[in-house]
Amino acid sequence: MELGFLLGSIVKIIGILAYLYGLLKVLAHPNRWVKIIGVVVAFGVIQLALTNIGGFQVLTNFDSGLLFQACAMTMVALGLNLIYGFNGQFSLGQWGFYGIGAYTAADITYRWVNGDARGLLVVGFGTILGGLALIYIGRWLKRFRGVPVLSSFTLYLIGAILAGILAVFIGNALNPMLEPLLGTSLNPGILNSPLALQIVFFLAVVFAGIFAAEVSFLFGLPVLTLGSDYFGIATLGFTIVVNVLMINSDTILPFPEMKGGRGMVGIPKLTTWFWAFFFMMAVIIIMRNLIQSSTGRAIISVREDEVAAKAMGIDVAGSKLLAFVVGSFFAGIGGAVYAHFIGFLSPGTFGFLQSFNPLIIIVFGGLGSMTGTIAASFGWIFFLEGLLRVLLSQMGTEAPTWRFVLYPITLLLLMLIRPQGLLGNIEWGFLKQKEVLPREIPAVDQPEVAASKA
Amino acid sequence: MTTISTILEISDLTKFFGGLGAVRNFELTLKKGDLNGLIGPNGAGKTTVFNLITGIYEPTSGDIVFNNTSIVGLQPFEITRLGIARTFQNIRLFSNLTVLDNVRIAYHPHTKYSMADGILHNRKFDVNEKELTEKAQEFLAIFGLENLQNEIAKNLPYGQQRRVEIARALACEPRLLLLDEPAAGMNPREILELMDLIHFIHDRFDLTILLIEHQMRVVMGICKYITVMDFGQVIARGTPKEIQENERVIEAYLGKGAGHAA
Repeated sequence: MELGFLLGSIVKIIGILAYLYGLLKVLAHPNRWVKIIGVVVAFGVIQLALTNIGGFQVLTNFDSGLLFQACAMTMVALGLNLIYGFNGQFSLGQWGFYGIGAYTAADITYRWVNGDARGLLVVGFGTILGGLALIYIGRWLKRFRGVPVLSSFTLYLIGAILAGILAVFIGNALNPMLEPLLGTSLNPGILNSPLALQIVFFLAVVFAGIFAAEVSFLFGLPVLTLGSDYFGIATLGFTIVVNVLMINSDTILPFPEMKGGRGMVGIPKLTTWFWAFFFMMAVIIIMRNLIQSSTGRAIISVREDEVAAKAMGIDVAGSKLLAFVVGSFFAGIGGAVYAHFIGFLSPGTFGFLQSFNPLIIIVFGGLGSMTGTIAASFGWIFFLEGLLRVLLSQMGTEAPTWRFVLYPITLLLLMLIRPQGLLGNIEWGFLKQKEVLPREIPAVDQPEVAASKA
Repeated sequence: MTTISTILEISDLTKFFGGLGAVRNFELTLKKGDLNGLIGPNGAGKTTVFNLITGIYEPTSGDIVFNNTSIVGLQPFEITRLGIARTFQNIRLFSNLTVLDNVRIAYHPHTKYSMADGILHNRKFDVNEKELTEKAQEFLAIFGLENLQNEIAKNLPYGQQRRVEIARALACEPRLLLLDEPAAGMNPREILELMDLIHFIHDRFDLTILLIEHQMRVVMGICKYITVMDFGQVIARGTPKEIQENERVIEAYLGKGAGHAA
């Protein structure tokens, strides 16, 4: 039994990695139709494996849980890799933004299925108005020279708070119009039909991501001026603050439905393989395109040498903020997907010890390697949560404790054998930077100096 | 006082680090097309002047006027975008990136596509990215580095790293180029090549160049006008010949009786 399970799990891990390799390979294909068909087939294969055909299911419900968790973890870890691996800012705040995304999205859909549209309305209007406020304040501030960071931060904060208050008013005003259409949880109305719920879920995930991004903007603006180590400590503080707010969400925050430390139950389980795959692919593609554009090169140059980047005309502070905001956006989306797959949110999941998980994953996979992060996210979930948990539980009641002995030892060995991470900076297929060929035409006006030297 | 032909005018520039006056009452005027030198013994404050011009330090007092606009208080990246580029005394390449990417990064402020175009990888991105890459390759070709474009910068020999750094600075499309000890650590042959190269880029890109250098051969060989600093103050100005004969310079910089050795 144990041996069979062990072999099965190893086959699954290898299968998942091969699957990812194939997926990234097919995405690199020059023909657009091959790409689209490839992605659809990749989606379909897993969907088929998850479907119960005549009592047989290749991937069990347990596996599908791991799969969704791995997808969410991929998004979070990719976001952190953008911040730490590509931009060089050591952050432990990713888990806080993950939590913010999870709770925000869960609150929207929870309220919606219980006949309250305010969650979607307030968060929706709040993120849109807040985003516009931040953008316009930013444009206005560009006119002035040498504005201190804290002054601009105060302005941004005031703008965001005003947008939030406005959103609450709009939400409360519009809610009575929508309430009859929502029905109650026992007697769902037209806006609670399965299709409408899917749309609400999509909006909830996107708004949760944008909300996390906006919070990260406000938090990152003053804090990113700190040097790297101090920034790490500040972001750790952020994760702890978010966690404490979650524990007390029903007392010091006006969200009784989050039920504080007891955990939020009854979140509609709307994450299907389609959504998990869709959001994961969206994050992968957005990040890859960003990294391989000029903006991405600017982000990487900040990691390499801040002073030189400044001297090359790169807005270092802006690049750091951009990477931080985009990374947090990914974390927020990941959290939202996670919340709707698990259906239950407990503040314990978002504690600061767990905040090291994405960090471990990106170091394990290789800093600055997207492939490594994706592979490590899947490998880590299937290894730690899948293989070890089940395997050890079959070996006696006390054995699962060994999970957190075996796992650190694995990390230790890997760091000794391959300090640059599992994949170093190897990228697969789609994620690989296209090699630029040397120019064929020789430069017309090459100087004699250069010619004589060559 | 500032005329069209003046590109940089530094007046009464002072920088204190705590109680230490690193630069005091520094004055310098550069005309368009100048190729001037800034010399002085170690710790004279030359690099501090560069850091003040490029905005890495903020001056305690004084003014720096570039192209008729004061640049004091601007962020370094804003100053670079106005047209002042520099190289560093100890090479500061983006060492884990390829030579081509090093140069392409310097093009970032001039990219014609937005971040959204970059994320979508649309046509606008494709066209402009290609154009940008070709421009960067052109620069590399000028410096004879086109075959090294996919090498990781830190793997290049020292002399070539210096050239990549100059190429990168030129990719910022500057009007004023500040070279901080470009010949440091080079052998005599490389120094000769470097002097040719500086002359060449000066003419080809219609640049104004200010350079810090310890190698007297370079300074005396290519600079038309030299400013000498000691203990944060200007002690002499003049043509290379005048400087060579200036008693104060010989005393402060070369040591007494060492004037002929240079």
